[in-house]
Amino acid sequence: MKIAVCLKRVADTTSKIVIGADGKSIDEAGLKFVPNPYDEFAVEEALALKEKAGAGETVVYSLGGDSAAETLRTALAMGIDRAVLLKSPGSPDGLAVAQALAAELGTGGYDLILFGKLAVDDYNHQVGGMTAELLGLPCITAVAHLTIDGGVVEAEREIEGGIEVATCSLPAVITCDKGLNNPRLPSLKGIMAAKKKPLETRPAALGDATLEVLGLELPPERQPGRIVGEGVEAVPVLLELLRTEAKVL
Amino acid sequence: MASRILAVMEQRDGALRKVSREVVAAARRLADGSGGTVDALVLAAGPVADADSLGRFGADHVLVATHPDFRLYQPDGFAATIGAAATGYAAIVFAATSTGRDLAPRVAARLKVAYASDVTALAAEDGAVTVTRPVYAGKALQRARLTAEPAVVSVRPNTFPAVESPKAGEAGTVEVPAFATRVTVREIKAPTQAALDVSEAAVVVSGGRGLREPANFRLIEELAAAFGNAAVGASRAVVDAGWRDHGAQVGQTGKTVSPGLYIAVGISGAIQHLAGMRTAKTIVAINKDKDAPIFKTADYGIVGDLFEIVPRLTEEVRRARGAQ
Repeated sequence: MKIAVCLKRVADTTSKIVIGADGKSIDEAGLKFVPNPYDEFAVEEALALKEKAGAGETVVYSLGGDSAAETLRTALAMGIDRAVLLKSPGSPDGLAVAQALAAELGTGGYDLILFGKLAVDDYNHQVGGMTAELLGLPCITAVAHLTIDGGVVEAEREIEGGIEVATCSLPAVITCDKGLNNPRLPSLKGIMAAKKKPLETRPAALGDATLEVLGLELPPERQPGRIVGEGVEAVPVLLELLRTEAKVL
Repeated sequence: MASRILAVMEQRDGALRKVSREVVAAARRLADGSGGTVDALVLAAGPVADADSLGRFGADHVLVATHPDFRLYQPDGFAATIGAAATGYAAIVFAATSTGRDLAPRVAARLKVAYASDVTALAAEDGAVTVTRPVYAGKALQRARLTAEPAVVSVRPNTFPAVESPKAGEAGTVEVPAFATRVTVREIKAPTQAALDVSEAAVVVSGGRGLREPANFRLIEELAAAFGNAAVGASRAVVDAGWRDHGAQVGQTGKTVSPGLYIAVGISGAIQHLAGMRTAKTIVAINKDKDAPIFKTADYGIVGDLFEIVPRLTEEVRRARGAQ
């Protein structure tokens, strides 16, 4: 089985966000960057599926600047066979990114293309589904449980108040949710091996963006709250405030 | 120029989902700026209860696309139908639910237009749609403009309240084109835990490590039950420890929620958790550590032993609601 994984380099989720000088992006100074957490589920799933099949190839793609090479090396250290960096300044328009990925992945002969369900920076939640649509491939998004047997995919995805069970055939695109697996940590041996694994770089063919970012700002600060009391005696005070002041009861 | 807005409804088991009226309310904001109209589109296998109420909530037309395969969500058929019906609309509005988040990108890719997900504000300005959407799990707000037509957006649940805004609600039909079924949704299984989702509930009660062990989530469940309409949430720490399903996780690698009331019990308030719940209208924190960061974000805090406070709170909420 030949599997592609799409991986994005994002600011660590524990980062404090500072708005950059252009007023449209974040100030990256001093931030730690990591593989997008949902994409790590995709990497782990690709590795587990290849191990189970006993044969195949896993390839990781990232669209971004030179710094994304470091993120790709992390995936190689986890066990992915080779990496491709699609050099690009990126785009806030998910469709423009999906067009670049579809152009690249469409000719790869992949049985399975895996994404994280969303990237924890722009929260666009769309590139996987769009790429599938552009490629004319079946797609199941936000998958928390996956089985593949004889070319048939069965996937479970959480929906409001239930779990949706969906099926499709390979080749397919799957986007991964938390709960799918527990991503392995790169071993020391893996980190050493990753240095010798192939990492190709080529330019990305981004589509034209029709979404333009006008600005980025910090959300309004919440009004400072107050401690209404200590222990059980404070409960009636709280109830009264919820009723009369917050009016939520 | 008067613009036409398409609002994509959600139904389950032949009944309209609550969020559908919110989608109409959001679509109304785009239409009203230009004296335009809202068409609500219902995709189903048969009649949908409450669909005829959509006129009362702001739909000029209520369009129905009926197909035997539309009993459950049919991604390929839904996308084909909306794609074929999209001509002439200035914008298509979805709910940012599990279905809307899956469907909207497919439609946008078919139409080769941009899609703005999970928006919390939107407006029609100078012939384009502008949106505000939380990014970095709500740690920042992005303002963006969609320049292609139709503009495809999904709106965050609990953000655009349904309002009575009587319109004709004239009934019509939309043709379902031939489509290739690539994905089949076979069934909806009942969840193992909470039936009410944190992202849609009006009240969310969340528990954290302060509960000490998974069995003590019973206290959280009882408090949620006392509210009648509350969902049970959880911090990342307890989800990672396997106490709760990941679907309950509130925060940057979980869900971002905007309920009317959020109660954080035994949650210290890590930055990634605060990001997920800071848009709640009212936040209550119960924690034994008076210096916990959660108290800086909470409107009301109680310092003390949650094992004493929560049962008392449950009792008081029950009494307060019983008295209404």
